[in-house]
Amino acid sequence: MIEIKNLSKSYQTGGQPFLALDNVSFKIEDGEFVAIMGPSGSGKSTLMHLIGALDSPTAGSYFLDGKDVSTLSEDELADIRKDKIGFVFQAFNLLPRATVLRNVSLPLVYEGVEKEERETRAAEALKAAGLDEEHYTHLSNQLSGGQIQRVAIARALVNNPSLILADEPTGNLDSKTGEIVLATFQKLNQEKKRTIVLITHEQDVAEHAKRIIFIKDGKVLSDEKIKQKKIFNL
Amino acid sequence: MIFSDLFEETFLALESNKARSLLTILGIVIGISSVIVMVSIGQGAQSSISSSIESIGSNLITVSPGAQRSRGSGVSSGAGSAKTLTQEDAEAVAKIPLVQAVAPENSGRYQVTAKGANTNTSIDGVTPAYTEVKNVTLAEGNFISEQNLSNYGKVAVLGSTVRDDLFGEAAGDVVGQIVRIKNLEFKIIGITEAKGGSGFGSQDDMIFIPLTTAQRYLSGSETITTLNIQVVDSDSMAAVEEETTSLLLDRHGISDPESADFSIMNQADLISTASSVTETFTLLLAAIAGISLVVGGIGIMNMMLTNVTERTREIGLRKAIGAKRHEISQQFLAEAIMLTSVGGIIGILLGWGLAFVITLTGITQTKISLTSVLLAFGVSTLIGIVFGYYPAKRAANMNPIEALRYE
Ligand SMILES: Nc1ncnc2c1ncn2[C@@H]1O[C@H](COP(=O)(O)OP(=O)(O)OP(=O)(O)O)[C@@H](O)[C@H]1O
Ligand SMILES: [Mg+2]
Repeated sequence: MIEIKNLSKSYQTGGQPFLALDNVSFKIEDGEFVAIMGPSGSGKSTLMHLIGALDSPTAGSYFLDGKDVSTLSEDELADIRKDKIGFVFQAFNLLPRATVLRNVSLPLVYEGVEKEERETRAAEALKAAGLDEEHYTHLSNQLSGGQIQRVAIARALVNNPSLILADEPTGNLDSKTGEIVLATFQKLNQEKKRTIVLITHEQDVAEHAKRIIFIKDGKVLSDEKIKQKKIFNL
Repeated sequence: MIFSDLFEETFLALESNKARSLLTILGIVIGISSVIVMVSIGQGAQSSISSSIESIGSNLITVSPGAQRSRGSGVSSGAGSAKTLTQEDAEAVAKIPLVQAVAPENSGRYQVTAKGANTNTSIDGVTPAYTEVKNVTLAEGNFISEQNLSNYGKVAVLGSTVRDDLFGEAAGDVVGQIVRIKNLEFKIIGITEAKGGSGFGSQDDMIFIPLTTAQRYLSGSETITTLNIQVVDSDSMAAVEEETTSLLLDRHGISDPESADFSIMNQADLISTASSVTETFTLLLAAIAGISLVVGGIGIMNMMLTNVTERTREIGLRKAIGAKRHEISQQFLAEAIMLTSVGGIIGILLGWGLAFVITLTGITQTKISLTSVLLAFGVSTLIGIVFGYYPAKRAANMNPIEALRYE
């Protein structure tokens, strides 16, 4: 469960402090599918970095599963990320000269999992993300955009995280491939009960979640449950 | 992170940049192999010099007539020309407790002929003790005997070089044949075993005859030109040297050691002087080669810094998925160490091979010691750590968010 209270983040730009997040508070229960929406520069990525324990807030508190994350050291944050969080980055960020299997199993290397088990689990994650088995041994720079995104999703799943964070996962995709990716998230949320936080600036994409938090200029403008736009034929 | 994963990651990372990795390794290979070769040349020189000094005999003190060094007067009667050492001096020295044996010599250079061939060589009047004191062994025949001494026998023992000069290398058994020294006939009774080497008192280019014969027929004086003293062990060298000095001063009625009419040389001093010279020489060679090792190390650092910058996004990703700081720095340090240790191993093998070839082609003696190999390997690993530390630290300190955004 995510509990954010009066969270603020300011950046030092050219001597002037810039408030990227201003007194943000909300809760996300386990198993929710939330979209964080807002215009460019509104603080969405900043918020995701805080939720993802990649960064520490300037003020306020953040409890993840009851634990105060805002005061942890860099290495303690790394442990949280390793155990609880799966990231799907906007820019994919795969290792270019590594195979699909190696890319997906990379998080398990830092958990100290043996190679054989790593590859079994990576294959399971890839299957859940819907990538055909024939691509598993391809190098990641030999894949199409949609396939790359599936690999990135599989990598986010491989450590069995309770929380999946995806920053503009459909930003670079055509609407059809985008739908497939969104369907994968819906399925993970539905069948595996994963908590999913999806960041987007598109209304249409956000409607595939069950709840939309709208932020602007670092403040929460609205936060409401919606009727999910379901994609069925997977 | 498991060790085998660290190894695999390191290998894959280096492999994906083959040309760059190989060039960096080459820098270390050149550095390490030149250190190995240079040190092996230095140590080879050291061991060949000390073994050639030792081949003259062990625990040796040599007394020569003549002043120690010219002092004030400007003119010194060169060692050997003065006639201040006598047979009685030799006998007195032989009675010093820690002296094992003494071998007096009366030597000079004379014309030698045999069957038309002639040469000019050193004719050494010696006693039977000479073989023991100066480590001479015989290839054929016998050495000078006590009887040869007492009856002023005209017999000669030839060094192998003299034998070759007079009779040719193909000559078979020359024992029993005649050589003429200063127009006197001497019968050859033996040939010494070749010792090899030159300079430092090569005993191959010599003819040995009885001391008494040399004194009566060749030099015409009862003096001794060199007195070799063999001491029982190396620890007693200094004591015997001191005792010999005071004994001879006493016998010659000289009170001031500064004006001694003889000079005394200790083999141990000679060896330590020679080896301190070669040690300096070795150190100098190693230092010159060490410079190329440092250059190789800078190559490592350069490559690792480039790697870290190029892989900024990868570092950001690894951190985002849970890699700790030490796991990141470990990875880059492992890459640097792998480069240097691979370079180190190849460098050691190459240096070893080069040293072997240098010895084989006879340019100079070389000697590879285990210490120099271990040192070279240790140094190359250390270079990996030292020059890899800063780039690794830089990678570990990256902020994951900024690293992920890096273009
Ligand atoms: N490292 C930083 N240093 C200084 N300012 C920053 C930094 N990161 C973000 N900002 C500022 O904080 C504000 C919010 O940035 P953020 O990246 O969270 O926006 P966003 O909502 O993700 O926008 P977009 O939809 O374009 O990705 C922006 O005005 C940005 O300039
Ligand atoms: Mg953003």
